[in-house]
Amino acid sequence: MATTYDAIIIGGGHNGLVTAAYLARAGKRVLVLERRPRVGGAAVTEEIFPGFKFSMFSYVVSLLRPEIIRDLDLPRHGLHILPLESTVTPMENGDYFAAWGDHDETRRELYRHSPRDAEAYDEYGRLMHFMAQAVKPILSMVPPDPTSFAPGDLAGMLRLGKHFRGLGGERLHALVKLMTMSSADFLDEWFETDVLKATKSASGIIGTFLGPRSPGTAYVLLHHYMGELDGVFRAWGFAKGGTGAVSEAIAAAARGFGAEIRCDAAVARVTVKGRATGVVLENGDELSARVVVSSLDPRRTFLELLEPDQLPPDFVADIRRFKFRGSSGKVNLALDSLPSFTCMPGIGRQHRGAFSISPSMAYVERAYDDAKYGEFSRRPYMDIVFPSMIDPGMAPPGKHVMSIFVQYAPYNLNGGWTDAKREAFGDAVVNTVEAFAPGFKEKILHRQVLTPADIERITGLTEGNIFAGELALHQLFFLRPAPGWAKFATPVRGYYQCGSGTHPGGGIMGASGRLAALRILRDGI
Amino acid sequence: MTLRTTPFHPRTAALSEGQAWRRWAGYVVASSYELSHDREYHAIRNAAALFDVSPLYKYLITGRDAARVLDRIVTRNVATAKVGQVLYTPWCDSDGKQIDDGTISVLDERTYRMTSADPTLRWLHLNAAGLEVTIEEVSEHTAALSLQGPNARAILEAAGERDLSGLKYFRLAQAKIRNIPVTISRTGYTGDLGYEVWVDAAQALPLWDALIAAGTPYGITPAGMLALDVARIEAGLLLIEVDYFSSRHALIEAQKSSPLELGLGWTVATDKDGYNGHDALAAERQRGPAWQFTGLTVDWDSLERLYADVGLPPRLPSQAWRTSVPIYDRRAGRQVGYATSGGWSPLLKRYIALAHLESAFAKPGTAVRMEITVEHHRKQATAHVTQLPFFNPERKRS
Repeated sequence: MATTYDAIIIGGGHNGLVTAAYLARAGKRVLVLERRPRVGGAAVTEEIFPGFKFSMFSYVVSLLRPEIIRDLDLPRHGLHILPLESTVTPMENGDYFAAWGDHDETRRELYRHSPRDAEAYDEYGRLMHFMAQAVKPILSMVPPDPTSFAPGDLAGMLRLGKHFRGLGGERLHALVKLMTMSSADFLDEWFETDVLKATKSASGIIGTFLGPRSPGTAYVLLHHYMGELDGVFRAWGFAKGGTGAVSEAIAAAARGFGAEIRCDAAVARVTVKGRATGVVLENGDELSARVVVSSLDPRRTFLELLEPDQLPPDFVADIRRFKFRGSSGKVNLALDSLPSFTCMPGIGRQHRGAFSISPSMAYVERAYDDAKYGEFSRRPYMDIVFPSMIDPGMAPPGKHVMSIFVQYAPYNLNGGWTDAKREAFGDAVVNTVEAFAPGFKEKILHRQVLTPADIERITGLTEGNIFAGELALHQLFFLRPAPGWAKFATPVRGYYQCGSGTHPGGGIMGASGRLAALRILRDGI
Repeated sequence: MTLRTTPFHPRTAALSEGQAWRRWAGYVVASSYELSHDREYHAIRNAAALFDVSPLYKYLITGRDAARVLDRIVTRNVATAKVGQVLYTPWCDSDGKQIDDGTISVLDERTYRMTSADPTLRWLHLNAAGLEVTIEEVSEHTAALSLQGPNARAILEAAGERDLSGLKYFRLAQAKIRNIPVTISRTGYTGDLGYEVWVDAAQALPLWDALIAAGTPYGITPAGMLALDVARIEAGLLLIEVDYFSSRHALIEAQKSSPLELGLGWTVATDKDGYNGHDALAAERQRGPAWQFTGLTVDWDSLERLYADVGLPPRLPSQAWRTSVPIYDRRAGRQVGYATSGGWSPLLKRYIALAHLESAFAKPGTAVRMEITVEHHRKQATAHVTQLPFFNPERKRS
């Protein structure tokens, strides 16, 4: 073999690229292998219809770690995050609930629905701020193993213990509630306005196979709140050029540090000779490296790229149990012009923010009911944005793109996903929007419907789970992806994991990729 | 007697959501139209922002000796400038201390338009004594809009139905927008791709409407001074009365600066002499200026630590600030300069500032400390000297 790399990274999604950039920055010889013709994984921008650019899958940046933006100087490589400031929820009675960028405006709007909630809103915001602050250090922490007596783990647990004790009683109690309750129950403790709770609870179900009344969803609520903690830094919003531009910026940074990135290079398996020694590509090429890092999800990382006998049987069982259960789909539309919503007629600033189709708690829970029994939601929860209203470059002048995140669309659909089912799902989405914005359907120039099966086929994410593994409490922190193996190393020496299936996972965050790189560098290559 | 409004006021007033206005040369202009200037700022870097820059002082200098007069006044060489060229230039008193800065547009061989931040009519007349030249103040008759951002060219091309790709950086062209005669100069105060459109004040409103109509599909966004302030700091462009004092207004010597101290050495011509301040500037260039005007980047980790010490996440200024902030030597703690403008760059994700530093401390990469007030206590955050501009996209010139 011609060259030996210090590290080969399997998968050019944002986490793989982050790992590559950090390793290359440390002077390592790095190669990224991407199966598709372009980097990005689920953070890609593609021109599916001439002149119209879509963030095909992931469509907003909410949690990208500020330290990564700084360390890799991503703005210099083209990252530009634009504000996405409002959320409008159309209601079934023709009214709406809106949260605007301006605090006073939001409070006045909420007052219209409930003077009591308008006051509670501030207190709630303050509590969530403290909660996010409490959890945030964990995001940049390698999870210590609570069962281990190794000095590093003990020190980590001690730090963690101190951290939580430092919160004080009231906040610790709130945190435990957040960790264990359903988002519906948690929000009930604060608010009486149903549409407000429905809209807030929606962020607790994204990417999970749970409904707002399922315990554990309150934590996901918090997970999504964390982006706001970096408030002033403003690492959340809409990436100019779509989410693919985030990947491209990280790739450019990695290349700037000397990393090599190869697209159209699918990896068949990892070669193991006592330890990982390299990879074999699907075209038969063999490449050798001192360490191999997989950014793929845990199932692919362990069950597809390795032989079962290369791993301890308990571990294999743990990985087999790791839940994916993709539950969301995506509909991307090219529009001739913007739709006008009945609740707030006309075209205006509302189109520069999100529309949340979550008119009531019952609506969202009912959407889940369909999924529970293996059907897609006939009237789904949707998060709608018009990226071309924020970055006009996403569509030809005067035309628009519309991004619809849809839940629920279960991976394990009764009878399986077919072309006909996909179109039926697309129809359900479009018809639901039409009900809130009559005339909308006539504006559609092109429609792309992505089911979890499509997400899996295109991005490789198992069962189409957008977080590379469900964000459920039993799959987080020192349990992600498996007890004892949450520290980016694997049972195979020289083989590491760096994808969203590891701590902390989820969203275009990059934290997994960074922590993995730091771990690899600490171990020494 | 109230402040004046610009010819665009009927349009800009209707857009003002928060009634936030700012004074500029005796006029009022919008600080921001929306309640926050956030989106207006991003429009500069993402689409196109439309600024009303009518309050600039504007003069027409015409006649056989027009270039000669200007060459006596300003530090750049006007005589060698070609028709259609625009010069950015400072001008100085006879001690080589800066009075003001502005632009000179060469409209034809005998006609120049000068813009300035302060009234300059008297200074022009004083310098024109005995020369064949006519000086006319056209400040009120000429309205001006600045269209800045990556989509600025596409919008003007759509509005003016002509190709502007040939119009180079700091050049101007005569054009018509919906039949309104305008001068378009590829200039601005944002360090981005951008143009300024000069029009007879009587035609101001139709021009505004035409640009909004043509620009809407491209994301044109009326923007105010708060957004502009952030962009000009990123571009490293200095502002009179904020980053330097006019030598005309200075009460003591120490308040004056020379263009060499302000990072404008490139504008001080060495291929002409006899202009105001020439001898002093030549001597200063020889011995090296005592001060340098430069960029500073505050270290995030250092800032984060200062706030963590009191149990807070870092706070950042939500608007650009324009106060004098002491800068200290990293080791000895001696004050070695002061920052005059600063703020958070939402684009670069950096806390940046413009500062005057003793020349010995002005080398890019030098670590200094900047005063930061954290919870009522004066602290110092580490900062590094950064070459200006902070942001310099290729599209600015391409």
